[in-house]
Amino acid sequence: MDEVERPARNIPLVDYLELAPQPHLVANECTQCGARYVDRRNGCASCSGTTFRRVALQTAGVIVSYTLVHIAAPGLPVPYVAAIVDCGGTWVRANLVNVEPDPARIELGAKVRLVPFSLGTDAAGTTAIGFGFEPVVSRGSADAA
Amino acid sequence: MPLDDVWILGIAMTKFGKHPDKDVVDLGAEAVSRALSDGGMTMRDIGFLAAGNMLGEHNFGQTLQKQIGQTGIPVFNVTNACATGATALKAAIMAIRAEECRVALAVGVEKIAGAGLLVGGQRQDMPAEWRPSGRVGAVAPLDGRVGTDTMPGIFAQAGMEYAYRYPGATFEVFARISEKNHANSTLNPFAAYSRRFSLEEIMNDVMVAYPNTRPMCSANCDGAAAAIVVSGAVLRTLDPEQRRRAVKVSASVLASDPWTEGCNALPDVSTITRQAATKAYEQAGVSPQDLDLVELHDCFATAELLHYENLLLCPPGEAVPFFESGAPTRDGATPVNVSGGLESKGHPISATGIASIWEICHHLRGEAGPRQIDGAKVGLAHVYGLGASCGVHILERPAVPV
Repeated sequence: MDEVERPARNIPLVDYLELAPQPHLVANECTQCGARYVDRRNGCASCSGTTFRRVALQTAGVIVSYTLVHIAAPGLPVPYVAAIVDCGGTWVRANLVNVEPDPARIELGAKVRLVPFSLGTDAAGTTAIGFGFEPVVSRGSADAA
Repeated sequence: MPLDDVWILGIAMTKFGKHPDKDVVDLGAEAVSRALSDGGMTMRDIGFLAAGNMLGEHNFGQTLQKQIGQTGIPVFNVTNACATGATALKAAIMAIRAEECRVALAVGVEKIAGAGLLVGGQRQDMPAEWRPSGRVGAVAPLDGRVGTDTMPGIFAQAGMEYAYRYPGATFEVFARISEKNHANSTLNPFAAYSRRFSLEEIMNDVMVAYPNTRPMCSANCDGAAAAIVVSGAVLRTLDPEQRRRAVKVSASVLASDPWTEGCNALPDVSTITRQAATKAYEQAGVSPQDLDLVELHDCFATAELLHYENLLLCPPGEAVPFFESGAPTRDGATPVNVSGGLESKGHPISATGIASIWEICHHLRGEAGPRQIDGAKVGLAHVYGLGASCGVHILERPAVPV
């Protein structure tokens, strides 16, 4: 049997990262009370409802908390910036990327946006796509100053 | 049924620190022996045992019994993260209230001196092949790549989320809380570390997870604590000296975390504590202003600030002014963590909840020596275990012994 060359394939780091049409996070939303979960639930932890719908989270968010982790598992580059990002009312965990790991350069309340990136390609030709949030640099801030 | 008929008859803690020559059974046996002797009891008097040891073997309670007395009594082995000790005590209190026995024993032990990160400390390499697994179909380990699993990181974020809402909560304020607790520890011979740190030393020490530097993190150490509880009816049959030193358990509350917005991304350490504290004040019929001292769960300096208002020691949003006022210092209106807290006394997980209560009892009995809070009559002990569980106990020394 002829080997069919497989097309390059992307796979998201987590199943709540959807890559198409544009990379975005999704959540399971309780149809009764609107509580959102990036993982699956049998019953809603908030209201005990049992039906959920999959909803897209906005890719723009605000930093509501962060920390610079200096002591971490061996193998992880440190310091890394772990953060909680409010994406239109839903908080998600993520790393901040494209930012200096310096508390003087990271602003609570700052606007950030989802940014996908490659985690590498395995022997089967599959590329894993991870995500982080990067600061939204406001154009014209220099003019406004 | 009012709680005023449950009393701590005997209580003890080992010195916290490094005990390389003792295992968890030795440490547990030492704490239990001293608690029994403190209460004038023997293992033959004990009708119920609740035992906590998070990170050791299964059925720690039965192993301990083989060391100190196999009497056939029921044993509850409990784990509830950092609230394990408080949970064991709660179980013993419930056994008394349910009239399951006359005298109940709770013990908590941990041996973690020299342990590094308790969560998120193991190397997790990237896989050779991307294959989804687990609850969110992850193709690679997520800790450190999608936020952090480490305890210092999570509690740092809890503090920074507070700082987002109340910008007065700065790195320096958090560090000054640590400075206070380390200063308190110099009076505590049971503390794992009893060295004073300057603010500068604290802020310039090894950064663990901003804004928590190393001295702002609870100290991993070895230790055990145990308590003997009885009903008021039993207490009244005992000797005057036992009755004189007995401490009333005015409130015993254990809570789990209710769902709150955002809790899936960042554990909400506050709502659970506030709910447990509110219930405890109701049970005890005391107000936060009545407290002569508080031992709260400063697993990280960031957490202590939040718990000032979670325990209703100050109005919402006023934790920083409360701290700045000097209220939680030894000489302040509501001394907090006069033991040195988890940052210096140490945090042998399962022992912590009972050791905090020991500290309160020590002051209520007027036996705390140089660190005695004079005339202490009412105290509160709080623990929080990520997951989550929260224990709040309010203890009182009655004006007239029973």
